[in-house]
Amino acid sequence: MRTPVAAVEGLFTLDVDEPRLIGGRARGRGSYFFPKSLAGSDPACLGDEIEEVLLSRTGRLWSFTTGEYAPPAPYVIPGDEFEPYVIAAVRLEEESLVVLGQVVPGVSVDELSVGMEMELAIDVLYSDDEHDYLVWKWAPAGHGENGEG
Amino acid sequence: MDDIAILGAGMHPWGKWGRNFVEYGEKAARDALADAEVGWDEIQFVSGANSVRCGYPGYVSASTFANALGFTGCQLASSYAACASGATALSIARAQILSGMCDVALVVGAESTPKGFFAPNAGERHEDPDWLRFHLVGATNPTYFALYARRRMELYGDTSEDFAAVKVKNSRHGVFNPNARYTKEYDADDIANSPMVADPLRLLEICATSDGGAALVVSSLEWAASRGVDNPVRVSGISTVSPTYPNSVIELPYLASDSWAAAGDETMTFKDNIAGRAYEEAAVSPEDLDFAEVYDLSSAYELDWYEHIGLCERGDAAKLLRAGDTALGGRIPVNPSGGLGAFGEAVPAQAIAQVCEMVWQLRGEAGHRQVEGARVGLSINHGMFGHGSSVICTR
Repeated sequence: MRTPVAAVEGLFTLDVDEPRLIGGRARGRGSYFFPKSLAGSDPACLGDEIEEVLLSRTGRLWSFTTGEYAPPAPYVIPGDEFEPYVIAAVRLEEESLVVLGQVVPGVSVDELSVGMEMELAIDVLYSDDEHDYLVWKWAPAGHGENGEG
Repeated sequence: MDDIAILGAGMHPWGKWGRNFVEYGEKAARDALADAEVGWDEIQFVSGANSVRCGYPGYVSASTFANALGFTGCQLASSYAACASGATALSIARAQILSGMCDVALVVGAESTPKGFFAPNAGERHEDPDWLRFHLVGATNPTYFALYARRRMELYGDTSEDFAAVKVKNSRHGVFNPNARYTKEYDADDIANSPMVADPLRLLEICATSDGGAALVVSSLEWAASRGVDNPVRVSGISTVSPTYPNSVIELPYLASDSWAAAGDETMTFKDNIAGRAYEEAAVSPEDLDFAEVYDLSSAYELDWYEHIGLCERGDAAKLLRAGDTALGGRIPVNPSGGLGAFGEAVPAQAIAQVCEMVWQLRGEAGHRQVEGARVGLSINHGMFGHGSSVICTR
């Protein structure tokens, strides 16, 4: 039995049912950042306290594409052979922020269209003998209900 | 802003030669010096555009190239700004000249590239966005190009055929460029039959990684005149601006866009702001351009630039393309050199190569790819993490 751990700590919660991205918010100004460590690009935030916030877990699809060829390290190819994947950029309404992520396996580009509602999911990025390394992914809203995911 | 003169331009042909990058830079520098009829021992300042893929010599490029040409005790500066490195190196040389610190300078950049996708530096760096995007998302450079291409299709009704037509156009230009890596003329079928890399972009629509080198000899107008050059090609404007917050578009290498929750709006983008500074310095407007060299990292990306540099309104780029306006012989030829589609990208050399093309165009020496009567040209690109880069040359 492998232990699930975040592939990189501090970027998302490990709540499998309702995962959230962990971002930053300038308390006074109201700008959001993801990841939180990149706070500062808003010059009006100088001296503002950056609080840790959980970002909206749903948004609208801004754009999408595929990765048809294996990327170089530090991408880790899960399993024995590279499988192409889909990547989504999703626009979070409240935060006015567009966030990248892979799309959960089993969803093809033919099922996607700009503007459709997407929700955050947690999936295994890669594994070794002891751990499943988890990452956030995007899924069409409602995908995985009725046990299909 | 005062102008400086470009006295000479030189390049090592682009390719996948697999040799030491210093050779490419030295060849380009010697050609630029010969073109300028300036001796290496006359150069007072070397401004190098760095490479991060060629080991330590790449980080100290000015010294590396000066050593290859023979140490003369001239002053040096080495700079890195990703794809904008060449324009940054030129801007440093210009500052030296306009401040009176030197009269004549050499600007040079070169790179030898590995096969395949560009990859981040080694190591495990959880706060480096370039490392995170590869590790967590598998987002390569073409991922971002493809996201922008899909946006164009969605917002403006651009088609895969439009994108392919950019590559076809640029390949027709590249046929006439002896420094280009790809001198084959492609047609729409070639592109449609090439493998999908990042939907909707296919292999032939995505910029390759190339070896190459480019160099310029630049001087004050007074020094040029003292050498009998009274009507040189001039650098009239350079932009090296950062983005202005908020940039609503996800840029390389980030995992997210800026947030426009507190200020600005969703229409604000970095690439719209880059050319402005160069236009302002040169006191020219988009209508004054005779041609442009833009960073076609993908076929669709070239269309974005038409709008960002003001050739048309946002969303209208494909109309220009379809009308033939941006092909050689058209109203405003774009990438008469063949662009990255014909060259691939040799990062620190590429922005300098764009200026080399402007030099040859403005001198009327571009042969079969000559833009008739060219007097004003603009080049533009940007380095990832937020380095703007645009140069306007006039004659």
